[in-house]
Amino acid sequence: MGEVNQSGIAKFLNNIRSLKKSFLGSFLRSGKPTSDKSRAAVMFNNFFLHIQGVKTHINTLRPTYTFGFGLISLYLLIIVVISGVLLMVYYNPSVTEAYNKIKDLKYVVFGGNLLRNIHKWSGEGMIIFVLLHMARVFYTGSYKKGREFNWVIGIVLLILMFGMNLSGYMLPWDQLAYWALLIVANIINSPKEITDSLGITQYFDIGGFFKELFLGGTNPTQESLTRVYLLHIWLLPMFLFLFLGIHFWRIRKDGGLTRPDTFERKDSDIYYVNPPEKTGGIFPTYKTYGLMELARGRTPAVDKDVENTVLSWPNLLIAELAIFVLTLAGVIAYAYFVDAPFKEPANPLIPENPAKAPWYFLGLQELLSYSAFMGGVGLPGLALLGLALIPYLDREEDRVGIWFTNRQGVTVALQSFIIGTIVVIGILAFVVNFGWFRNWWPNVPQILITLINPGNIWVGFMIVYSLFVIKKTGSTRMGAIALFTMFLVSYVIFTAMGTYFRGPNWDFFWSKSQWPIH
Amino acid sequence: MSDKNPEKGEVSRRDFLGLAAIGTAVLSALGVLAGVLRIFKPDVHFEESKKFKIGKPEQFPVGTVKKFDDKKLFVFSDEDGFYAITAVCQHLGCIVYKTDWGFQCPCHGSKYDQMGNVIGGPAPRGLPWFKIEQLVDGSLVVDASKEVPKGTKYIYV
Repeated sequence: MGEVNQSGIAKFLNNIRSLKKSFLGSFLRSGKPTSDKSRAAVMFNNFFLHIQGVKTHINTLRPTYTFGFGLISLYLLIIVVISGVLLMVYYNPSVTEAYNKIKDLKYVVFGGNLLRNIHKWSGEGMIIFVLLHMARVFYTGSYKKGREFNWVIGIVLLILMFGMNLSGYMLPWDQLAYWALLIVANIINSPKEITDSLGITQYFDIGGFFKELFLGGTNPTQESLTRVYLLHIWLLPMFLFLFLGIHFWRIRKDGGLTRPDTFERKDSDIYYVNPPEKTGGIFPTYKTYGLMELARGRTPAVDKDVENTVLSWPNLLIAELAIFVLTLAGVIAYAYFVDAPFKEPANPLIPENPAKAPWYFLGLQELLSYSAFMGGVGLPGLALLGLALIPYLDREEDRVGIWFTNRQGVTVALQSFIIGTIVVIGILAFVVNFGWFRNWWPNVPQILITLINPGNIWVGFMIVYSLFVIKKTGSTRMGAIALFTMFLVSYVIFTAMGTYFRGPNWDFFWSKSQWPIH
Repeated sequence: MSDKNPEKGEVSRRDFLGLAAIGTAVLSALGVLAGVLRIFKPDVHFEESKKFKIGKPEQFPVGTVKKFDDKKLFVFSDEDGFYAITAVCQHLGCIVYKTDWGFQCPCHGSKYDQMGNVIGGPAPRGLPWFKIEQLVDGSLVVDASKEVPKGTKYIYV
């Protein structure tokens, strides 16, 4: 029918009749993904999907390359945000009300207990999966070839994630919350250990200054809870999402995930990849698409890897959906069976004995029990700085995208794992059995303990051993593998020590059943 | 012609104005940032006074060891007089408890002797002693904002 001859009303009625089609057509501009062309169009026409490439390299899709660790971390973050917003419906950051509101959520509100558990466990799950993601990126050498700065952004995200977990822990205003808040405030205050030793505290009390900014006073009060709440629901998340955006944007600009230069297809790839329907046509396999041609530097891999890519729709998206479903199911199942801790109301007069931080900080708490400043500020700062500098101190670019780089890498990682385990356990056994300077010479100046304590000795050993590996193998990558492996080993062992083997008065116990009754 | 030679490290007139503009913008932004951060520092603490009455001298006969839980403080009385020692651990702020040999912190294992000197654990310094004053009505007042040397004991009747 010629539109020219239609009356205005007929045109209008026609538009109403085709409303469904025209609306869907405007919403899904590229139509149904039935051909390779429309599958590609789906990816770059959709706001949520265009963050990913039209085509994905097969290596990225191999489950044993990424294990989906980064993706799981992202999904956990999404779950944390949604459950957190729902918790805010009832929560009230007041020292008199906060505890009751959590109790309300736990026992009265519909689904409140499950919701709180989901929030808690997906937040803590992020710690595990972010560390695993970091280990994957490290051991495949994916911090190289233009990705150096994205590794640094990853470290920033790691810090923000720990900050979110810690500040969330303080909100229920129970015994855990109160004493964690007080201890963290005093860790912030711990540069006083140095200024006292130098005798300049009365002129330059930097620790006290920041402690006051954090607490809004000298003790944990309503002011402190208000500030922690502000950090938890607004300041830290804002920066987290900002840096997360940069993190993803840079992955895209860097041409996707790393892959070996020597990549070859395997027959087993067919289990998770649909090969392209045809070669040639409007999307020939020798070209790349999207905005990648505009990216500068060595990032776009034009004419290089393209023969080993497949369309992201459906190959990548179906994998992502599967991981999302599994993540959500895992979190809900865990949250259904395991309750988040909730102790007695905050009591400023009686600390718990032992007063333990959440598990992810118990390694630090072990270090704190040697020296407040080194354990709380000095060594964590040094470790984060060291991690951030890895891409700049190891610039070897061969064999990127291969787990452990080569056979030697596997050997170095195994050796560092074994030697690290022995040395850390040796240091802990020494401290448990013989104590440290203060037990031998009670009047020893504090600066000596700040400078020479078991934590510092361990960090010094890691550095010396890594330099030794660099010298022996002639490769900075091998030194980095040694350092990173030892860092992971000590994080796990120190955490286990604080979690399982420290009891009342921070004394050593083989098991919780041996704790004295008091 | 008015441009200076850049090779000598001199700044041209155009560059000078540009740099001055950028410098002004940066300085004013830093000023605003300092003001924003200043908001976080409270000018008034709505907290308890650090100075408080603990009672009359006769309530503390020789040999007394009394803990004021809410003040986080121990008060002792012996032949040489009264003295007050804090109950706040100098490591990370937990509350110590009294033992036969001194004070023990439950959080990270700091140990102090009877005088409050560190004898074990991570505490960087000993437990502070506080000044004790007497009001005209005879009651004793501890001033937890005034630290006195260890061993300072006060005789009041």
